[in-house]
This record gives sequence, structure tokens and C-alpha cells, in this order.
Amino acid sequence: MTEKPMVRFENVSKRYGALTVLDGLNLDIGRGEKVSIIGPSGSGKTTVLRMLMTLETINDGVIWVEGEPLTHMEKDGKLVPANLAHIRRVRAKIGMVFQSFNLFPHMSAMANCIEAPMTVLGMKRADAEARAAELLDMVGLSQKKDHYPAQLSGGQQQRVAIARALAMRPKIMLFDEVTSALDPELVGEVLQVIRQIGREHDLTMLMVTHQMGFAKEFSDRVCFFYQGKICEQGPPGELFGAPKNERTRQFLRAVLEAG
Amino acid sequence: MWDWSFTFEILPTLASAAIITVEATLIGFVIAALLGLMLALVRIAIPWTAWPISVLVELVRSTPLLIQIFFLYFVFPKFGVVLDAFTAGVIAIGLHYAAYCSEVYRAGFDNIPRGQWEASIALNLPQWATFRDIIIPQVIPPIVPALGNYLVALFKETPLLSAIAVLELMQTAKIIGSDTFRYTEPMTLVGLFFLVMSLVSAAIIRALERLLNRRIPR
Repeated sequence: MTEKPMVRFENVSKRYGALTVLDGLNLDIGRGEKVSIIGPSGSGKTTVLRMLMTLETINDGVIWVEGEPLTHMEKDGKLVPANLAHIRRVRAKIGMVFQSFNLFPHMSAMANCIEAPMTVLGMKRADAEARAAELLDMVGLSQKKDHYPAQLSGGQQQRVAIARALAMRPKIMLFDEVTSALDPELVGEVLQVIRQIGREHDLTMLMVTHQMGFAKEFSDRVCFFYQGKICEQGPPGELFGAPKNERTRQFLRAVLEAG
Repeated sequence: MWDWSFTFEILPTLASAAIITVEATLIGFVIAALLGLMLALVRIAIPWTAWPISVLVELVRSTPLLIQIFFLYFVFPKFGVVLDAFTAGVIAIGLHYAAYCSEVYRAGFDNIPRGQWEASIALNLPQWATFRDIIIPQVIPPIVPALGNYLVALFKETPLLSAIAVLELMQTAKIIGSDTFRYTEPMTLVGLFFLVMSLVSAAIIRALERLLNRRIPR
């Protein structure tokens, strides 16, 4: 199989001053693959998503999206730092859902979902609204389309945020601890939506999560990060069932004890 | 002490001068509000401008408005920039308050959570659309009271224009006074006018504030 990976991190490093957050990361994610990233806090797992979304710059290495460099562009056979137009073109393939939802508070759920399709994709209002209505319906919020974020529960806000990201028709969806800010009883409704879009959309999904049960059931592959490196990765059955690395065992034991 | 017939005699003159005062206030404030916003925007969009802009703002805020008015009116012609008194005065007032307004906007921008910018990037919104649709609509409502205060402050400083003989309310009252040797009526009327207009503006600003807060549930 010579198909190019959907995402490739090639020797990517990220440093803040003397602190190395990610140390020579190499990671390929296949088309349609669902990958969960787990690990203790400070292990660099969120940074992986933030670099891919271009919210963070990288210090070394290259990130590739569908065989095309994201942070660089090819010029005279060499890779040079990409300009904004290039970054925007490549990053159009990526959508992200945040821990703190980050909905636009001055816009209704519907307005949140049509803003970018209209300004970025140039869709007509009627078309954008029709598409947003479908997505809001899919996340179970067709009744709430005229509500403002402050009038919605955390779980509802996060579902709007998912619909908003999907409205841009990304090929890759990033989920950054999307249930961590939610009350426990609201976690299920959000995970249910993620499960559903995993089934119904041909999306490559990359998620940082603390929901081990969900990671186990949902992902094709789980990566355990420790101190800026992938310490162990594999199918969830293997990684959760028979972890090879002592760090992984320690982490899973600690997480399971916490319940 | 108080001569009503004299009062009614000078009222039309003062009323037309009051129009000049209101014009100077509105034009000056439009300059201040727009230029202030532009300064704050440039500062965010082009990081290296932050230092020169803050020096400029500090310079303008730390020198008296009267000196700035004199500079524009009396010194600029030496460099070939000749402005009539009203134009020079209104520009000076606008620039002076733009410096103050830019700081208000800056505080407003600082209050926008980073997640709003990040969500805009994740949705691939271009920078201009991020400012226009996401950031500025969230910046403005909370700073309406502060901008309103500067509107009233600016309004009350327009009598400084009398120093370069703009025929606004204060200058007109002074002329009436020196022509008739009666200052009580014109000065009282001018004071009343400022009092009433300030109160009316404050009420309008409060109403605007309520309207903006009601429109966006928080």
C-alpha cells in the first residue's frame, strides 16, 4: 500500500525555551483512521493537536497533510517556511473541537455554524443554513438553533462546536479533551455524537482524551505519550489489555484507580 | 441681576453657536473612536508597531490638549499645512481623544479569551473576518460606558477651541460679554447648555449599554 498518510509528523519538535514539549515526534495517521492520544498531563499530547491546527509553531521537523507539507512549502526542491496563503489552503482540511468549546458567545448556534462556511467557503446564506440545520439536527440540537451559547448546557455547547467544525467539511477532525470541561452526566451525549460522526463520516479523527473506556471502544489505535515522546502505541486491545511498557502500565493503573 | 429680555435677545446667537459646538463634538468623537480603534487594531495585527504606537499615545496623553490645538493651528502652517481654525481644532481634539480611546479598545481586546482567536483559526477565518465578525462585536459592548465617558469629556473640552477663535459656544458667549459688558446671562446659558447636553448624552449611553447587554445573553 503506497497511499500517502493523511497526516505525517516527521521528526517534529516543540520547545518553549529550555522546556522540550515534543521531542522528535514521528507519527503517521492513515485515511479514515481514528487515533486516540493518552498520557499524563505535560506529556505533549495536546501540543500534537495544536501544532496540526497551526495554533502552535514547530521548532523542527515537518508536518505533512495528504502528502503536502503544512508548515512548509516546496520551493526549488527545498522546504521553506510556508506563507499564510499556503497554510490556510492546507489547514482547510482540518477541523478542531476544543476543551472549552470556544463558541462565539455573541452568535446563535446557527450563526456559529454558518459564519465560516459563508466567509471562508463563500456559501450562500440559504445553503449554509440548510447544511448547518442538517448538522445541528445530527447532533440533536435542531430545537436549539436560535439559542445563544450562554443559554445552552456545556454538553449542548460542545455539540454545537462539533457541528460548527463539521460545517467546514474537514477531512481531519481534532478533538482536544472535549469532555474534560463537562459535568459527568453530560459526557455521554458528546461521546455519542463523536461515535456517530465516526460511523457516518469518512473522517480521519485524532483525539486527546482522558476517557479510557471511550478510547478503547472507539479508536483504531491508541498512542501513549510520555515526556514528549510516543512511549507505546498499538490497537486499543493490545495497549489496554497487555501494555508492554512499564510507564504505560503505571499510567493505566493510576487512571483505573482514579475510576 | 438677570435680564430676561437680554436673555431672549442673545439666545438665537448662542443657539447657532451651540450647533458649532455639537458639530465639533461629533466630528471630533468620530475621529477619536475610529482612529483609536485603528491604532488598537494595527497594534495587534502588526506586532512591531506596538512600541511606536504606545510612545505616540503616551506623548499625546501627556501633553495638554490646548498645546496640541495651538500646534496644529499656529505651528503646522510653518510646514506648509494651513488649516482653518475649526478644522485644526477638531482634528486636534479627535487625535487627543483617539489616544485615550485606543487604550480603551486595547483593554477590550485584551479581555477577549484566547479561545476565540483559536476557534477563528481552526475555522480558517481570515484575519479581517476574525476582527469584523468575531472579535470587534465582542469588544465593543463592554467598553461603551468608557467610550461614552470620553464622549462627554470631549464635549466639555470643546470650549478650548475658543482659544483659536472658533465661533463655538464659549467664544460666542465671550464676544457677547465683551460687547455688552454682561456676562451673567451668556455664561449661565452656556453652562446650562453643557449641563443639559452632558446629562442627555449620559442617558443615551446608558440606554445603549442596556440595549447591547439585552441583545446578547451572557
